[in-house]
Amino acid sequence: MSPADIRDVIIEILEDIAPDEDLSSLKDDVSFREQMELDSMDFLDIVMELRKRHRVQIPEEEYGELASMESTVTYLTPKMADI
Amino acid sequence: MYDTIIIGAGMSGLAAGIRLAYYDQKVCILERHTTIGGLNSFYRMNGRDYDVGLHAVTNFTPKGEKKGPLARMLRQLRFKWEDFSLSPQIGSRIAFPGCSLDFDNDIRLLTAEIADKFPGQVDNFQSLCDKIVDYDDLDQATFEISTRNVLKETISDPLLIEMLLCPLMWYGNAREDDMDWGQFCIMFRSIYLEGFARPFKGVRLILKNLVRKFRGVGGELKLRRGVAEIKVDGDRAVGVTLDNGEEIEGKRILSSAGRLETLRLCEDVSEVDVRQSGQLTFIESISILDREPSKLGNDRTIVFYNDSEKFDWRPPADDLCDIRTGVICSPNNYEYGPEDGKLDEGVVRITTIADFDRWNNLDEQKYKIEKLNWYDKSVESAVRFVPDFRGHVVDTDVFTPTTIRRFTWHDKGAVYGAPDKQLDGTTHLSNLFLCGTDQGFVGIVGSLISGISMANQHCLRD
Repeated sequence: MSPADIRDVIIEILEDIAPDEDLSSLKDDVSFREQMELDSMDFLDIVMELRKRHRVQIPEEEYGELASMESTVTYLTPKMADI
Repeated sequence: MYDTIIIGAGMSGLAAGIRLAYYDQKVCILERHTTIGGLNSFYRMNGRDYDVGLHAVTNFTPKGEKKGPLARMLRQLRFKWEDFSLSPQIGSRIAFPGCSLDFDNDIRLLTAEIADKFPGQVDNFQSLCDKIVDYDDLDQATFEISTRNVLKETISDPLLIEMLLCPLMWYGNAREDDMDWGQFCIMFRSIYLEGFARPFKGVRLILKNLVRKFRGVGGELKLRRGVAEIKVDGDRAVGVTLDNGEEIEGKRILSSAGRLETLRLCEDVSEVDVRQSGQLTFIESISILDREPSKLGNDRTIVFYNDSEKFDWRPPADDLCDIRTGVICSPNNYEYGPEDGKLDEGVVRITTIADFDRWNNLDEQKYKIEKLNWYDKSVESAVRFVPDFRGHVVDTDVFTPTTIRRFTWHDKGAVYGAPDKQLDGTTHLSNLFLCGTDQGFVGIVGSLISGISMANQHCLRD
């Protein structure tokens, strides 16, 4: 998957986690926590959804890489290159 | 072989089930009763629908609010805000002799009421608000501090202390007389800072949505399947034996049966300390009226009353019930939307404190008589604080501590479970966990959050 595809994957997941949220104005360089008030339960969901949908495993100590869209895409690009 | 066996199809069990089944676990919920809901269930009698637990959904926040337990619960269970169709309360009241405080879903009303009735306490109330700990920052050590000590240090008028405690104890305190500070903070936020709401169709709507979602993600729900024993091998639970002898294997078990009730099921536990059981249970006297309560001058959603300046929160000393304090709930008095309309009939639900053992020991004939007797006494007590509606009653029902026991299976019908909470949900077995009342959260949203957080912490990460 290309970085742009990965971004789409994350957007789809966020749409499911927060159906009332308008994601069209999401800023990629600002943290999800700050923009969407996501908490630790929501971050667990992003991890679980990636596992469920794309079989991507993320170790618990690396959850911090998912802070913003930009850092998430950078972190996932090598992991999802072959999908 | 199930990935997770869940004991109890109340709010917490259903919420945990949804989480786990959604993430592809093979999950089974076992419920002893003939229906779902646990404490927050419902029944039908004489052609009318009744709710057991629900007076109000606490933790109400409006659509668009991203913080707080309601928003968090909706996200975690993939519900839209509209799915619970919550209508906010009109307004509630704390009524003591010669003094009342009104409050609604905006803390400014309560603050203004305190400024009006207790002018010297405004700053003290503000400093109390500043001390309230956020949901996420509560740990076991902070949780167990004495609320009465904190209140004494903060507020210098004893009447205001009793008045503030009254609704919070009524809606979620398992401990007699005092309250854990953590529980106080949870209740303060959920009632005074967030607020009350109700779905027009009552708790049925919420339960229907939960079950539909659970089944939709592949979960199995089995009613009339009481767990007789939890099978143990070393430090692990390996499965359960049902009342009917059937055996079911599971990799882990999540139990909403209560802490002592769960321990007692474990094959390796020979005796539990029953002195740790919760003692606080209620009767509820329900009146169906020929008109809305507001037509009789009662426009309050909920009235928490106490007939002296000191609020006693403990089981009745020497009788079946203690009616000196109570809760008067009028489900008509919510701001239902135009699509809902109005409830067909007027309803007043009065809850008072009761003693489980005394009710449980009555024979059938005496039980029926005492229900009628205490209905009359409870209503008589309540109409000192709301306009008298007794000339307009068309039907009545009463449920008692033994009813609550039947729905919840909690020892002594203890509505809020045991006083000592196990916030992390762990037990002496490495793969047996608790959720629900004894894990520390109460109320409908709180119970759902309990199930969600215990599923997340203990059952999803492997």
